[in-house]
Amino acid sequence: MVIIEQFINGLNLGSIYALMALGYTMVYGIAKMLNFAHGDIIMVGAYTISVATTNLGLSPILSVLLSMLVCTVLGVVIEKVAYKPLRMASPLTVLITAIGVSYLLQSVALLIFGSKSQRVASVINVAPVTIGGITLTGESIVTLGVTIVIMILLVLFINKTKVGKAMLAVSEDRGAAELMGINVNNTISLTFAIGSFLAAVAGALFVSSYGFVDPYTGALPGIKAFVAAVLGGIGSVPGAMLGGILLGIIESLSKAYISTQLSDAIVFGVLILVLLFKPSGLLGKQRVTKV
Amino acid sequence: MLKVENLHVYYGAIHAIKGISFEVNEGEIVSLIGANGAGKTTTLHSISGLIKPSSGHISFMDKSIGGMTADKIMRLGLGHVPEGRRVFQDLTVQENLELGAFSVKDKDFIHREYTRVMELFPRLGERRKQLAGTLSGGEQQMLAIGRALMGKPRMLLMDEPSMGLAPILVKEIFSIIKECNNDGVTILLVEQNANMALSISDRAYVLETGKIVKTDTAQKLLGDESVKKAYLGG
Repeated sequence: MVIIEQFINGLNLGSIYALMALGYTMVYGIAKMLNFAHGDIIMVGAYTISVATTNLGLSPILSVLLSMLVCTVLGVVIEKVAYKPLRMASPLTVLITAIGVSYLLQSVALLIFGSKSQRVASVINVAPVTIGGITLTGESIVTLGVTIVIMILLVLFINKTKVGKAMLAVSEDRGAAELMGINVNNTISLTFAIGSFLAAVAGALFVSSYGFVDPYTGALPGIKAFVAAVLGGIGSVPGAMLGGILLGIIESLSKAYISTQLSDAIVFGVLILVLLFKPSGLLGKQRVTKV
Repeated sequence: MLKVENLHVYYGAIHAIKGISFEVNEGEIVSLIGANGAGKTTTLHSISGLIKPSSGHISFMDKSIGGMTADKIMRLGLGHVPEGRRVFQDLTVQENLELGAFSVKDKDFIHREYTRVMELFPRLGERRKQLAGTLSGGEQQMLAIGRALMGKPRMLLMDEPSMGLAPILVKEIFSIIKECNNDGVTILLVEQNANMALSISDRAYVLETGKIVKTDTAQKLLGDESVKKAYLGG
């Protein structure tokens, strides 16, 4: 029974990684950059929920909506202010800028809220369910449900709508997409908006499951989500989902059965192994150019 | 219709285009011919906005377009079939064509044009649901042209449409270019296959290392001794 419970814990954690990995992978696919500030967006989302529920006295639903709004706007603003002027700059410049933005967000949070971690009440109010001796917490049920719904909607949006297909076109060949009349700047903004919105969702689920927030809350999950995106094949949406879920399960099971201290080492070890045998990641593809 | 004046383009320190001027009138097929590296593709990229010219003036239908972004220029009715086709390989043939009409609001036009492209290229119709990356080079070229036509162009820039194609396909592609022109689309054609290009063109410009060295009617250039020697294989 314990293994099934650990497996469910893994799915829970993996869902949060997957939601964050989607942001990494979509931004990489479309803007061809690694947005290392992405993890810190979930920290901002978590603090927003904390302030909204305790200081403003908003209901859980309103707090989550507010957090979604704040994160989405923040993501778009960061792109406009920090990354857009660097569209023609070298990838290294953009990468360092992204790391700078990450530190900026952490430092601002540190200034406002201090370094002590704050308790945050769960925004999820669902009774636990026991099936055959296994107890599912309300948080787990909602996390899994929300993640599944979001993934289905996202896949439909990307593959079935005109705007979604335009995103695929930009990610494959920016110049050719422009020649179709697709505005690349708008597409990039939209990608940041979607990625940051998903980070807000991940942030809400994260604080509900773990119950605390501090200025560095987003840092390690951010790195893990990046690993998940690379594991699945960076640039691939299904890859990010698969990578995130796998990573959560591996982490959970190694914590339970091998060692809590070694769990991160095992996670990164798996990444190295996969990349040795499949450098483009599990679902990433290597492009063959036809002449 | 299209007017380029004193265009200069630098790639870093390399002066790729050294002050060229030319124009294309409505209804014409005009060719830019020249060897590899003469600056033909660079010229087309500057016109369609894929690269920013360093200086000079470009106007399309009496509107200055120099420095505008490529998507805005396309929306004015200036299509570009890029070198190497650049179809969206992970999307189906149909999705590629739909993206071609991304900027077109008129649903009836999209429907009509789609049917027409299918008539023009029956092989694309057979492969409607296939990923563009699985098409042969010739089919990808047809798709690239079809995709550009879906965007309601008044004028098309075509970059090396014959590249890498079997001679029989080259003939087919050129007859289709001629057909598009007969339907009222003005064409600026860039080709290494100068013979083929001149045979369907009204006029042509000869580009050599970033400069225009000769211009005349296609007829006269086909008979020109120096052009024959340099570009027509004898």
